[in-house]
Amino acid sequence: MSGAAALADVKVVEFGGYAAGPHIGKMLANFGATVVHVESKARPDGFRLQYPPYKDGEPGLNRGGCFAFFNDSKYGVTLDLKNPAGLELARRLIDWCDIVVENMRPGVMDRIGLGYEAMLETNPSLIMLSTCNMGQTGPRARTPGFGSQLSSLAGFCGAIGEADGSPMLLYGPYIDFIASVMSTSAILAALDRRRRTGRGASIDISQYETGLHFMAGALFANHRDGIVAERCGNRDAEAVPHGAYPCLDDRWVTFSCRSDAEFKTLVRRFGLLALGEDRRFATAKARRRNVEALDAILAEHCRELDSEAIAASLQAVGIAAYPVNTIADLFHDPQLLERRIWRRHRHDEIGDQAYVFPAFDLAATPGEITRPAPLLGGDNDIVFKEFLGMTKEEFDVYASRNAFE
Amino acid sequence: MLGGYKVLDLSGRLGWLAGRVLVDLGADVIKVERPGVDREDADWRAFNIGKRLLILDVTVEAGREAILAAVPRVDVLIESAAPDGPEADWLDPERLAELNPELIHVSVTPYGRTGPRAGWRGGDLEIMAAGGAMSIVGEPDGRPLRNSVPQSYAWAGAHAAAGALVALNNRSAGGGGQHVDVSAQASIVTSLAHAPTFVDMLGVVPGRVGSGISGRSVHGGTYRAFWRCKDGYINFIVYGGPAGRRTNKALVEWMGEKALDLGALAEIDWDTYDPILADQAEIDRLEAPMATFFESVTKAEFLDGAFRREMLGYPVSTVADIAADPQLTAREFWRDLPSRDGGSERHCGAFYRADGVRPELSNAAAGKDGDARDILLELGLLETQIESLEDKQVVQAE
Repeated sequence: MSGAAALADVKVVEFGGYAAGPHIGKMLANFGATVVHVESKARPDGFRLQYPPYKDGEPGLNRGGCFAFFNDSKYGVTLDLKNPAGLELARRLIDWCDIVVENMRPGVMDRIGLGYEAMLETNPSLIMLSTCNMGQTGPRARTPGFGSQLSSLAGFCGAIGEADGSPMLLYGPYIDFIASVMSTSAILAALDRRRRTGRGASIDISQYETGLHFMAGALFANHRDGIVAERCGNRDAEAVPHGAYPCLDDRWVTFSCRSDAEFKTLVRRFGLLALGEDRRFATAKARRRNVEALDAILAEHCRELDSEAIAASLQAVGIAAYPVNTIADLFHDPQLLERRIWRRHRHDEIGDQAYVFPAFDLAATPGEITRPAPLLGGDNDIVFKEFLGMTKEEFDVYASRNAFE
Repeated sequence: MLGGYKVLDLSGRLGWLAGRVLVDLGADVIKVERPGVDREDADWRAFNIGKRLLILDVTVEAGREAILAAVPRVDVLIESAAPDGPEADWLDPERLAELNPELIHVSVTPYGRTGPRAGWRGGDLEIMAAGGAMSIVGEPDGRPLRNSVPQSYAWAGAHAAAGALVALNNRSAGGGGQHVDVSAQASIVTSLAHAPTFVDMLGVVPGRVGSGISGRSVHGGTYRAFWRCKDGYINFIVYGGPAGRRTNKALVEWMGEKALDLGALAEIDWDTYDPILADQAEIDRLEAPMATFFESVTKAEFLDGAFRREMLGYPVSTVADIAADPQLTAREFWRDLPSRDGGSERHCGAFYRADGVRPELSNAAAGKDGDARDILLELGLLETQIESLEDKQVVQAE
C-alpha cells in the first residue's frame, strides 16, 4: 500500500458551508478521501460571497479566496434540495458515500428528508456527523451564531488582552477550527470501527463543547480550586521573563525563561551583566515582582537588534525564542517551508493560489493538495456520471427537471 | 469506537490532548510518566483523565528497554521528544518500526521533527508567535498577545489525534504502520482561518484586530465588539445581512421594552441599513444608546434574551460562567469522578455524542496500587523483567 493515499477508499459528502463542516472534508480530502461538497445555485456556500478576499478585489461566486481555502482537493456539485429531483440525487449521493458531514442548523437535515434515520434504510452503515454551535440537543440547540462570537462564550476572548483592558477578538471563527479538527478524529474513529464491524454512527458535535476541551485545565482549576483564569497580557504562571519585544527590523521577538539558570544564560547572552547582579531579578519571585522594570530593560536591548538574530542567538544556548511571524512571514518561515505547508494550484478563475497543508503528515502514505477548490457546480458531470454511474440520458432528464440548480 | 486499541502515551504537554481524544473515542490509553510527576496539576489532570497511569523512569536504560519491549503490543505510540534531544534517539521511527511494523508512531514537536529549526525550543508563547497567531491578536497599535490560557498544546494534540487516526484507518484498510509527524507551529496556522489568503491573493497582511471591528466600514469606521455589562463584557457587533438585520431589530425592540432612550437608533430602517456605509460619527451615534442598554443587563440575562430573540451575540464568559451554563448540564457535558483524596472532581466529558449518548469517562488515571504490574504484564513484559524494574525502582506502584 506504500505510496497510495491513506484514505483512498473513503467517500464523503458535505452539506452546509462556511468553515466548521468544509474544513473537516478538506482534511480528509488531503489524505486521499473523495469528497463532494454540495451547494445550490440559489444558496451557494456563504464563504463564496460573504467574505473577502476576492481575485483582484472583485466579488464573484468563483473568485473568493476564503471559500477556496477550505475546499481544495474536493469536488463541487449543485443540487436544489427544495426540488424533488434534486433531493432524489442528494439521497443517491448519500447512498454512495461512507460519510456525511453536515453543519446546517439542527433539525434541517431531518426536515428535508436527509436525516440519519431516514438514510439508514438505504445506507445502513452510514456515518453522519452533524456540527453546529450548541449541539443537536439542549435548551439552546437552535441558537443561530457565528464562530467568531461563540469564541467569546467559550472563554477565549475573555482570556486575551491586557489585565486592565477589554477582551480581544480572535481573527475569524477560531472555535470552528477546534471543532473541525476534533470532528475529523471522531469521523475517523467511527470509520475504523465500521471497517471492523460494519456499524455506522450518528455523531453530534457541539462546537462550544469541543472548544471547552481547549480550556479544560482552566475549567478544572475553577471547579477544584475556584480559580478564575483572567487575561494577563503575555504574563505566564511559570516563566519570567515571558513576552514579546519590538526589534530593530520592525518585527517583534518572543522569548521566555523557565528557571533562574535560564535567566542567567539569557543575561550572559545579551551581555546585560548588570542584570545578573541586580537583586531585583535574582529569583523568579523577584523577577515577577519587578517584571515591568525587567521588561523595560529587555525591550531597550531588543530595540537595537534584529528579531531573527535575537531568536537564533538565544536558541543557540537553549533558550526558547521565536520572532513573531506576521501572516506574510508564514510564507517564508524555514520550518513551514520544510513541511511544504503552502502548495499552489491553478484555479480557473482565481489563478494561482496557495492552499494550506494540514499540520501533520504520514511517512508512508503522505497527504497532498490534489486539486484547486471547485467552481460552483463545476463537478456535476464527474460526480453524477462517473462516481454515481449515471447515463448521459439520465443526467439530462435530471437537468431538465432543474435538479442541478 | 476504538475499543481494543492500545495506545502508549509518552508525551509531554504537546501530546496530552491527543491521548485524551483517543480516550474519548474508546481506546485504552496508557500514560507513561516519570516518577515525581505532579498529578495534582490542573492541566495534568484535565488532559490525562481517562488514561491508565504507568509511572516508569524512561531517563534510565532499563525504563527505555521496558518501553521498547512493550512496543510490539501497542497500536499507537505518541511522544513529544525534542528532535535533537536524547529521547529522540531511542524513539527513532525506524527502530520502533522494526520492533513493530504495524505501529502508528506519532511525534508531536514544537516545529516538526525535521528542518533547520527542528531543534529549536518552544513553549506556548514561542509556538503561538511562530504560527502567526500573536501577530493578529492585540490592539492594532499595541503589542502582539497570546491567550492567557495556553492554546498551542491543545492545537498540536488535536492534530496529532487526527493524524494517528488517518494512519490507523490506512492500517485497517490493509496498509501497515507508519510514522506521523506533527508540528505544533503548523497546527496554529489552522487557527488563523483564511487570513493567509489576503497575503497570497492581494498582498495585504492582516494585522492585530483589537477589541473592535475595523475594515468593515468603507469610511474606515470601527465598530465596537465588546460592551461593558453589569457583571463583565458582552460580545455584540452591528452586522448586516439577514441575521444581522434580525438581530439589530430585536435589540431595539428589547431596548423599547426596557423603556430605554433609543436615541439615533429610533430613526433607522433596519431593512435597508447597511453597516458598510456608516462613517465613524454615525457609528458613534448608534452605539451610544446601545452602550446604555448593555450596562443594564447581566451576562446571563443577555445570553437568555438573545437566544429567545434569535439574536447574534454572546457574553464574554469566564470559566465560572461556563461552569453554570444550563446548556452544558442538559447535554450531560460534565463528568464528576472520584478524586484521589476521596472527594469528587469535575471534568469535561467526551467531546462528542454518538447515537444520542455521550460516552462515559473513567478516572483510571487516578490510579490504584498495583496497576503498574498489571499494565506491564499486558504489555508483554515477563514477571522477571517486571521484578527487575521494581528492584531498580524504575517502575512505581503508583
